[in-house]
Parts: sequence; structure tokens; C-alpha cells
Amino acid sequence: MPSIIIDGAALSAREGSTILEAARQAGVHIPTLCYLKERSAIASCRLCVVEVAGEPHPVPACSTVVREGMEVTTRSPLLAAYRKMALELILSSKGPALVACAQRADGELAALCHELGVEAPTDAEAADGAAEGTLELRFPFAQGKESPRVEGNPFLSFDPNRCIKCQRCVGACNAAARNHSLGTRRRGALTLIAAPFGPNWRASECESCGNCAQACPTGAISLKARGAGADLPAYGDASDGAPADLSASGTRRVRTTCPHCGVGCQLELEVRGGRIRAARGAQGASNRGLLCVKGRSASFDFVGAPDRLTTPLVRNRATGELEPATWDEALSLVASRLSQLRDEHGGESLAAFACSRSTNEDVYLFQKMARAAFKTNNVDSCARV
Amino acid sequence: MTHLSIAPRSADDARLAATVERFARRIEAMPPGICPVVAQAALLRAGADQTCGKCVPCRDGLPRLAALADKLAACAADEADLACARELAQMIRDTSDCAIGYEAAEAFLQGLDEFAEEYASHLNERRCAAGIGQSVPCETLCPAHVNAPGYIALVAQGDYAGAVNMVRKDNPFPTACAFVCEHPCEERCRRTLIDAPLNIRGIKRYAVDRAPANTVAPPPRSVDTARTVAVIGGGPSGLTCAYFLALMGHRVTVFEARRRLGGMMRYGIPAYRFPRARLDEDIRGIMNAGTITVRCGDAVDAERFREIADTYHAVYVAIGAQKGKTLAIEGADAAGVMSAVDLLGRIGDGDVPDFSGKDVVVVGGGNVAMDCARTAVRAGAKSVSVAYRRRKEDMTALPTEVEAAIAEGVEMRTLCAPAAIEADEQGRCTALVVQPQMIGAVKRGRPAPVAADKPPVRLSADIVLVAVGQDIDAAPFEECGLSTTWGRFDADDGLHAQGGPRNVFVGGDCQTGPATVIRAIAAGKVAARNIDEFLGYSHKLACGVEAPAAQPNDRTPYGRVELAERPACERKRDFEDVECGMSREEVLQECGRCLRCDCFGIGVTEGGRQQYA
Repeated sequence: MPSIIIDGAALSAREGSTILEAARQAGVHIPTLCYLKERSAIASCRLCVVEVAGEPHPVPACSTVVREGMEVTTRSPLLAAYRKMALELILSSKGPALVACAQRADGELAALCHELGVEAPTDAEAADGAAEGTLELRFPFAQGKESPRVEGNPFLSFDPNRCIKCQRCVGACNAAARNHSLGTRRRGALTLIAAPFGPNWRASECESCGNCAQACPTGAISLKARGAGADLPAYGDASDGAPADLSASGTRRVRTTCPHCGVGCQLELEVRGGRIRAARGAQGASNRGLLCVKGRSASFDFVGAPDRLTTPLVRNRATGELEPATWDEALSLVASRLSQLRDEHGGESLAAFACSRSTNEDVYLFQKMARAAFKTNNVDSCARV
Repeated sequence: MTHLSIAPRSADDARLAATVERFARRIEAMPPGICPVVAQAALLRAGADQTCGKCVPCRDGLPRLAALADKLAACAADEADLACARELAQMIRDTSDCAIGYEAAEAFLQGLDEFAEEYASHLNERRCAAGIGQSVPCETLCPAHVNAPGYIALVAQGDYAGAVNMVRKDNPFPTACAFVCEHPCEERCRRTLIDAPLNIRGIKRYAVDRAPANTVAPPPRSVDTARTVAVIGGGPSGLTCAYFLALMGHRVTVFEARRRLGGMMRYGIPAYRFPRARLDEDIRGIMNAGTITVRCGDAVDAERFREIADTYHAVYVAIGAQKGKTLAIEGADAAGVMSAVDLLGRIGDGDVPDFSGKDVVVVGGGNVAMDCARTAVRAGAKSVSVAYRRRKEDMTALPTEVEAAIAEGVEMRTLCAPAAIEADEQGRCTALVVQPQMIGAVKRGRPAPVAADKPPVRLSADIVLVAVGQDIDAAPFEECGLSTTWGRFDADDGLHAQGGPRNVFVGGDCQTGPATVIRAIAAGKVAARNIDEFLGYSHKLACGVEAPAAQPNDRTPYGRVELAERPACERKRDFEDVECGMSREEVLQECGRCLRCDCFGIGVTEGGRQQYA
């Protein structure tokens, strides 16, 4: 347990932890952007630079491991100037679309702008036409026309005009989801994120799981399922893995277990106006914030579907039509018919197939019923995705 | 499963090596006179192109910084741009993850200070500072601004006498410079863009071998002016000054303390590098120029100097740096310890010592140290080693000199700092004790040695030759009011001496500190011109030969022809010339590589040449 000092306060850090982890543990805030807990710590944005006594230059907190006796300063006029400069470089690296994104009140970029003092110009300056876009930046926007959105994939889209190349998505796809289908393309100053969402998306290894979208701080990679609720923020998680704060838009989060298979992934449904708008991976023991394509994009649409069954239906033998029934009526009918088949033809004539959306407990009870009540060992489930 | 392969990830890496080498040659051939702001912008652009694309300061910052540098270079920037560039560069330097970013920014920041005047000129005057602007590289970088393309073309034509006089237009020592010049003219030779710099010195050697300087008449002198000039010191600087003054029609008297003329070319440089007969050719050529009276063995003290300054219309003091520096270590006064200049000076007068059976250790890493070591080999020493406190690559001697010494059997004991000299009961030197060093951090541009954690080492030595630099014997002149700084005479740009009688000029090693023959020659020429003006004249000197018209460039890459040397086993037994000249076919190929920058590119424009005449 190395003893270190952060901003004058002594504390014990976990062996092997980074300055950022130690600071967060101690409740000291250090701004970050490219860092994403358990996904990516490539130290590229340099917003988290801190001063360490004895080091000639600032070091990134996200990738510098603490050592005994380290004295860390997280706030100084120099650091503030460097962080602001870095954010200005990031924001001016694209066009107005990125700055617009940075101005949405509930986004991660907006919070950073506010914290680091990248502000909208005063009226006088704006009238002067001195500033690009609506944030005061020392550098003109990078030249070049708008890049087309990449939209071949039915679940995910990529808008290069909002991409800041922080590579959180790369960490999510490679280090976390281990899909290795999303990386960088071109090199040097021309580096781009290569999101495999184009017309040939089927040929890629991409499973459309969307963990990249959950990692993206600008909404450059986003879920198409949000199309209906486009007014909702499309940001991914904050850098500590916590969900973005959506309270401003009246969104509520409901923690639940994914019903698609037996893994038990934890997810949070974003609910607004009584409707489920999205699902995000939550920190569960089995999924650690990850979700698969089903969990993220196919686990909630049916809830509000207009053709969803809300009551059991029993076919009227006379008319051949399905007619609403009570649960008791429906269950009694099923129980008597199945018992009759068992008695007439033996248990071997029956088989039980469970739905993969059932929980483990449900499936357990279902096979118990098959064996004890139907007298059959013909039991299976499609929970093998 | 992952397949491993020994092939590089990028197949182009290997092919790229040739392109990178080309890039390096282009930087090596950076034309003299280029605007430093432009050079810095180019360096930043190269840095921006090397970014891997990961980090914001480097990936997004360097292109921004390069754009600001371009704006500064174009004289389109204002103070706010400069402030922004500085702030951005500091941020890149301090927050970059790797050297691609931080080193690029650091280089830019250092340049902002180093070239502050140039930046100020771009900001305030909206133009480059005075003196910035390209000119013919070889001619510009030669301190005497010799018309190298001109005499190279004459050699190609077979007009060797013409070539000698083309050199003499600016330098009356064509033979000395053919043998021992450090050839700064070759440093930025534009031919480097295509293959390698021309062997300019080798071409000159061919000319003086075919047309010895004493056989080539100098251009006609001007009419006698009846003005008298005293030159104190008969070395390269003094004799150059005498030559040009004599051509101008002035009456020159050379005062030389030693028995013969030539200065360090006779009393410093060993005959195997510059045969004495060849030196005499240059000196005879100079004596043919006009009225030059020589007084050898006539040392000038303070009283004599006062008298000379009163008698002559003007005086040029070029006494060189004759005093060998000594080692401030225990036992340095033992018998057998001698200074390099004393040894080489004695040999200059024909007194070659006999080192038979002796172990000789030379202290130092400059050209003089190599001269001493190779001389000791020829004097029959049993073993010769050079003790130097830095590494071989840090030696100030020309690499070719070091290699030649090694070939002749000289042992380089590098990273050895002299600590003490041991002597026997009779006070005769027996060993040089050295403290092993390790190379450390770079200080003032050179890696500095620090004492290593190792015990001292004893190097057996009957003779220790100290070649750690030379001082100037300025005392007699200081007595007469000439001012000095660090023992060197002070002078203005025109080499007019500061303090003392107002008709005195100084130049060469005694004003710059120990340097090269060509720098001493250049000073002599500048002094002659300015003495001429001082005497109320403004002579123009014809050189009597024209540079031939240029042939089109031959763009085929060739190898550079190097001068061969006699086999080490043979040459180390005598003091005969070590180097062999080129053949006619070699010199023709070498001359054919010349791009004639005097006729193509900047050379044809107003201000494109750097010449005095």
C-alpha cells in the first residue's frame, strides 16, 4: 500500500493502482476524456495530466502507476492551461457538428468545456465574428468537407464528423468485448476510426453488440434503435463507467436482468414518458458492463409493441377464432389437455421446450414440471445463443 | 491461432530506407543562408508527419504549430500568433507521450530563442533579417570564399595554372589547402542531394600537382603606392595579408620569429601530411607577388612593436597561438613530458627526436594530438597511445586523421582522463596515471565525461606529449595597449585591433584562438582589404582567369572518389607524403559531378555569390 500525497492530503493507494484510480478512491476529481474504466487507458487526450514532484514534466494520471512517497498536484495554473489547450485542439479538430455536440448540456464534453473554461464567446466577440462555431477556440476548424455517416449496419451508425479519435470504442471492442472488429484506419495525423458499419457490415466480424456506442463520449457511434427517440442524448458512459446523467431530460433508469439467455447480464433500461427508450450494460457480476446485440437492441422493443399479447387467447372450436380468456381458463385448458395426452399415449409422447428468455429459476421449474407432472425426460431450451 | 512471421509488418519499411536516406541527404545539403524560421517550419512539418496519431498534443497540436510556423515564416503572423505558438509548443513539449511530440516542440522552442532576431524581423519588419538568403554553398562556406566551381571547371578543362590562379584570387595557399584544408566548402555541397559532396580538396590537389604554385605567375601587381605595411608573423594569415597587400602595390615587411616562414604549416603540421617542398612552392608563389621583405629570426617584443607601429603606415599582427597548454596534474614537470607544439616546432627546423624503444603517450583528441602520435610512430617509438577523456567519436580531430593514426598502430585509450604523472628517482617520467571516465549527459552540445566508478589505470610512458590546446603569447602587444579577451586579441569586424596604436590590425589564431589554416588565410585576406581602405585606397585585383561556361548537370549518381593513402606499414617508417592524388580519369569524374551552382540556381542572381573581389 504505497503512501502518496495528492494535493497535500496523504493517503494509502492500492498497490499497482494509477494516480487516477488513487485520486478517485480519495474523492479527488481529475478531468479525463479518452480514459474509460476497464476499457481503455491509452493516455491520448492528455486532459488528466498532473504534476508529480521531481518529474520535469506533467504525467498522465490515467496511466502512471503510483509509487511510495509520490507527491501529486492535480490543480495548478499550468495544468489548467495545458488541459484547456488540449480540449481546444480536440474541439477544433473537426467542424461545427462536434462543437454542437459539446454544447449539449448533458454530455461529457459539455461538462469538460465548463470545467476547463472553454466557453461561448461574449456577445461582442460573437458579433465581431471572431470565433468559430459557438465556442471560443484559438484554432480554426480543421479544413475538409463533412464526411458521410456510416449507416449500413441495422443497429449501429458512425458519424465521423463527431469522432475525436479517443479510441474508447477501440478499447471496448478489443480489450473488453474481444470482438476485434473495430480499430483504426489510415495512420499518423490522418488516423480514423474504422467502424465496420458500412454496406459490407455483414462481411465483418462485428456482432453489432454496441459496446462501442456505450463507450463513445460524443455520440459519433450511436445506436439506431434510438431513431424514434432522437431527442434523447446518445452519449455513452462517463469515463468511470457510470451512466451519463440523463436526469435533465426526465429519464429514469431501471435496473433489470436481461431476459434473453441464462447468463444473467445486468442492464439498465432508460425509461422516459412511460416508454423504454434504450438499454445499457450495467455492472453485473457476469457482464461487467457489456451486452450482446440482443441484450442491447432486442430486449425491450416488444414491451411497447402494439401487437403485443396482453391476455391469454383460447381458440373457439366452433368459429376457429382466438378469443381472450382469463389465465385460469387458459391454464386449466392446457393442464387438462396435456394430462389427457400423457394418460392416453404415455409421457414419451410429450416434450418440453423452454424459452431462452426465461430465467434460470423458471427453466428449472419448467423441467421439474415436465419430469414430475408430464412424466417425460424430453426437455430442452433454446438458451444456447 | 496467431501465425508468427519474420517479415516486417510493413513491407515498405525496408524499401523506405532508401527514401529516408534521401531525406537525410536533403537535410544535410540544407543550403547556407536559408531562413531559420523556414527551416524550423520544415522541421515541424516533418515532426507532424511522423505522429502515430494517438495523442492530442502531437496529432492535433503539431500540425497547428507547423501552420503557425508557416504563418511566421511567411511574415504574415502577429504577436498574438507568436504567443499562441509558444504556448502551444510548451503544452506539446510538456504533455506529449513520446519524443515524436515533445522533441519537435522543444526544438521549436529553442529556435524561438536562438533565432529571436529573425523572428522579430519577420514580425516587425515583415522580412528576413539582413544576411539571410541563399548563395553558392561551397563558395559561401569557405571562410576565404574561394570560387570552387570556377577552379573545378578549369581543372576539368585541363587549365591547371588557371585553376591555381582562380584559387589565389582569394587564397594564396592553393597547395596548403590542397593538402591540409578541413574543406568546409564540402559541408553543404549541393551534390549531396544526388549522391555525395564533391571531393573539392582532392580536385585542388590534382591542380597543384600538375601546376605547382611556384611555376604559376600571380596576376600583375598594381603600381607602387610607397605605403609600408609590417606583418608580424609569417604564418598562413600573415603571408596571405602580405600577398594581397603586395599585389595592391604596398611595400610589405614580414617579421618572423622563427628561422623560416610558414608558421604552423611548417612548425605544427608534420611533413607526412604536408611535404615541406610543397609548402615552399606556395611561399615562393607569394614572394613573386610584389615587394615583400622577409625578416626571419626577428622576434618582436613590446619595444620593437612600438617602433614598428610608428615606422610603418599599417601593421598586421598575426602571431598565431604558439604556446602549448600544460596539464595541471601532479608530476607534470617530469623529464619526458613535453608539449606538442614544442615537439612539432623542433621537427619543423629539422630536429627529429629519436623515440626508439620508448613508450609514448599523447594526451588530447584533436588534430595536433594525432599529428604528435603519428610523428612519434615515425620517430621509432616502441608503443604510442592517445589518452583522451571522451570517446573516439567525440574527438575534435578529423575522423580520417584518427583512422590513419589507428592504422599506423596508435592505440586509442579513450575515456581516460589524465590524473597524475609518475617519475623515477631521476625525475624521469615513467607512467601516465589516468582516471577512467564514463560518458554522461550532453552539455553545451557535447556529451561530457564524468569520472567512472573504476580504479585509476597506469599507462607506462617514457614520453608524455601534451596536446590539449594552445595559448597566445599576447603579452608584448598587451603592453602596448592592445586589448585581449581570454588571451585573444580583440578586434572589430574589419579586424581593426582594439586599443593600442590606431594603425594596427590583428587576425588569425591570435584573434580567434587555435583554428584552421583556411580561417587564418581568410583573416589575412580581410585584413589586407581593410588595411588598403585604411591607407586610403580601394584596389580591385584581377585574377586573370575566367570561370569556363557551365556544362549541363550530370544527374547520374556516382560514388565520391576518395584520395588513397600509402599502406600504413610502409608510410609509418618515413615522413614522406601519406596521401596519393587522383588520376586524370578520377578527377574528371569528380569534376563532372559539380552542379555549377555559380551558373545554375541562385548563383546567377544579384547577391547570389559571396565574394570579396
